[in-house]
Amino acid sequence: MTAGAASGRLRWLDGFFDRDLTPASRILIIAGVALLLPVYLTPMYNMTLISNQFPDGLELHIYASKIEGAKTAARDDLREINTLNHYIGMRPLLESDFSEFKWLPLAIGAFAVLALRAAVIGKMSKLVDVVVLFVYFGLFSLWSFHDRLFQYGHNLDPTAPVKVQPFTPPLFGTQKIANFTVTNMPDLGSYLMVAFSALLIAAVWHSARQAPRDAAA
Amino acid sequence: MAIIRKYRWMTAAVVLLVAAALMGTSCRGRRKRAVIQRGDVGEAAVSTYVAPGDMDEFYLFSSGGHSGNIYVAGVPSMRHIATIPVFTPYPGTGYGYDKETKEMLGRYTWGDVHHPSISQTNGDYDGRWMFVNDNANNRVARIDLRDFKTKQILGPLPNVSGNHGSSFVTPNTEYILSASRFSAPVPRSAYAPIEQYATAYKGIVAGVKVDPQTGRMSMGWEIVMPPFNYDLGSAGKGPSNGWAFWTSYNAERATGKLEVTSTQKDRDYVAAVNWKAAEKAIADGKYKTIDGAKVIDPKATPGVVWLMPCAKSPHGADVTPDGKYIVCSGKLQSITTVYSFDKIQNAIQKQDYSGDEDGIPVIRYDAIKEAEVNVGLGPLHTQYDDQGYAYTSLFVESAVAKWKLGTWEVVDKIPVSYNIGHLCAAEGDTMHPKGKYLIALNKLSHGRHISVGPSQPEASQLIGISGEKMKLLYDAFTEPEPHYAQMIKVETLKPIEVYPKEANKNPNAIWDIKDAKVDRNGSNVTVKMIAVRSNFEPNRIEVNQGDHVTVHLTNIEQTTDELHGWGLVDYDINIVVDPGETKTVEFVADKPGVYAYYCTNFCSALHQEMQGYLLVKPRGGGGPAAAVKRDTKGNLTALRQEAPR
Repeated sequence: MTAGAASGRLRWLDGFFDRDLTPASRILIIAGVALLLPVYLTPMYNMTLISNQFPDGLELHIYASKIEGAKTAARDDLREINTLNHYIGMRPLLESDFSEFKWLPLAIGAFAVLALRAAVIGKMSKLVDVVVLFVYFGLFSLWSFHDRLFQYGHNLDPTAPVKVQPFTPPLFGTQKIANFTVTNMPDLGSYLMVAFSALLIAAVWHSARQAPRDAAA
Repeated sequence: MAIIRKYRWMTAAVVLLVAAALMGTSCRGRRKRAVIQRGDVGEAAVSTYVAPGDMDEFYLFSSGGHSGNIYVAGVPSMRHIATIPVFTPYPGTGYGYDKETKEMLGRYTWGDVHHPSISQTNGDYDGRWMFVNDNANNRVARIDLRDFKTKQILGPLPNVSGNHGSSFVTPNTEYILSASRFSAPVPRSAYAPIEQYATAYKGIVAGVKVDPQTGRMSMGWEIVMPPFNYDLGSAGKGPSNGWAFWTSYNAERATGKLEVTSTQKDRDYVAAVNWKAAEKAIADGKYKTIDGAKVIDPKATPGVVWLMPCAKSPHGADVTPDGKYIVCSGKLQSITTVYSFDKIQNAIQKQDYSGDEDGIPVIRYDAIKEAEVNVGLGPLHTQYDDQGYAYTSLFVESAVAKWKLGTWEVVDKIPVSYNIGHLCAAEGDTMHPKGKYLIALNKLSHGRHISVGPSQPEASQLIGISGEKMKLLYDAFTEPEPHYAQMIKVETLKPIEVYPKEANKNPNAIWDIKDAKVDRNGSNVTVKMIAVRSNFEPNRIEVNQGDHVTVHLTNIEQTTDELHGWGLVDYDINIVVDPGETKTVEFVADKPGVYAYYCTNFCSALHQEMQGYLLVKPRGGGGPAAAVKRDTKGNLTALRQEAPR
């Protein structure tokens, strides 16, 4: 690859970050923010534990700010999961143990503000900042969640009455753990965050496609 | 003859064969009869089979008679599902061992449950409570159908003796009925020789008041009556709302061998009470207080009670769903009598009386009789369906008669096994019966089951009543003794399966292991304990012999069916605590030594490990605990008790 070709390839980037966002891009960003806000209200992840005793499954709903078990008149699933887990020496799931529940809502709010800032200022650079930071934040959150699953499944009390092989519940999909079939899948909250990033990327793409033509004209 | 002689062996063989064939035929005949009594087996099997995991359509609440319990079964499967102890301690649920239920039972160890009665709103079951009577110790109890637990026992009711005509409810559960089956001097502590039975002995009919919000029962009104034996009751509804009816036997006021002495007259009486008038008489102060109860004397306060002549020795008094008729069955005649409520009102208006008993007017029979239905031998009790039919049990005939309201014609009859007492149709005593099923509550089973020795169960037979013909569907065998039962649509009840943590208002409840503790105040030791799979916290209680120990046990589970029991070895204590419930048990640690407590209700894989110790230090520090020492190898050795030198 010659230097000329490389610089030619990068030339389209010239002035890219200084470009103005098209009105359509700005609308896409605002739409994305509108999708991001309900994330506070809906679960981001669902874990279902099915066994012979619980054919309907014990359910955990993980929100940005809290963890909740399904609760019916006949059962409190979070309490039940903690009761069962103590036999294998797993730490009880306590909301106060999760720092995520503090920084996740803050971060989501920050992204909403940053995205709106990009829409108002209308510069590509601001928008790209948000996209890059958000992708990083998303990947970090996934890793952090995976690490949580690993820690809970590995830091087992050695004095527990029932000894099990350390385990990691799946990040996506289903796995058999003792007598439970555990299914862990993202829920609406996560999909809304994906939708948010997709709309931001669409906004980048729209302004990137429009701007040179405007310049040519 | 020669031929016969020649073939005499062959002749003998032929005779034997014919005899054998006849015997065979008669055996087959008997078997055939059994088949007829079984009905159409295929159809019966399909209509009663409730597949694994499927649910029944109705609850059946059967009275447990002298067992003191209520038995809950599902219909159509007839499977016994649960037992609700009412008047009897029941270690299976820890009933009668914890402080609250022990106090509720008082000094009694049994009761005679006869007539379960589900609370009503506008004449239909509302599924809130069930009331039951105790024929033996004159009590009434309330079961909460939210958690299927006995919540209140009221009584012994003052002045009432043999509370049989109970605990039928009025259409909006204003009152539950109560009546004396065994007339006696009033108040109950009064004495009069049996020779004065006709004048000094008194019957009582009464209404026990029910709080419409809480279901709490309290004394309402009582009416002092002639010394008949008041039997079964029924509250008016619709047009007859505000009235209550009781059958009675022994119009003869006889004593001694009642089988003979009380059956000489052709007629007995039904007492008709205008309970709204009784309510008003109480409000107007027209009563005497006897043993704490407000008692109306009908001689002094007319316009409250009347007597209606009835076929002799009647049992059931059953108001029809539309409230227009009262059906009363005299066991010793083959008819059941239908009275018209309208005609009763007219006769009272015109004072169409044929006499009086102790100043209570007796209404002329022909003025109020609507029909005499020729149902069969020994009519006892009547229930209704949704198609305008009545079903009357026939004790002597061992059958159920189906007859049409209005035309008063018997349209079908089915034999039952054997000697039916009450019967129970689905919501069959309400304003809107559900039809479909009828249970024959038979007194005798006569070995229609695998043999269990001489003490035989009763037989509850399920009969399908959807079609024109009644069909026998299923035989179930029940513990003594289903005097009456009620059947209610499953959907009407909304039971809870866990006591929610937020709803536990017991001041001694604890939810965190950190709060579990043993407190001592002089010789009173109070323990706040937690039960959760699979441990008790604390798992060690040290007391001194003679200490008064109170244990408040909270089951902090919130999952259905995670019950924990707390049995204390050698101390005759077992309580069972449901998820989210707190129970208190009190005892004096009078036995020195070490006693395990353990979970009696199997809970988990480590249920066996769910245990702890009550350590009772002997008085004075002596005794076996002080005489144990570790030897050099670390083993415990009992030392010989030696006198100090």
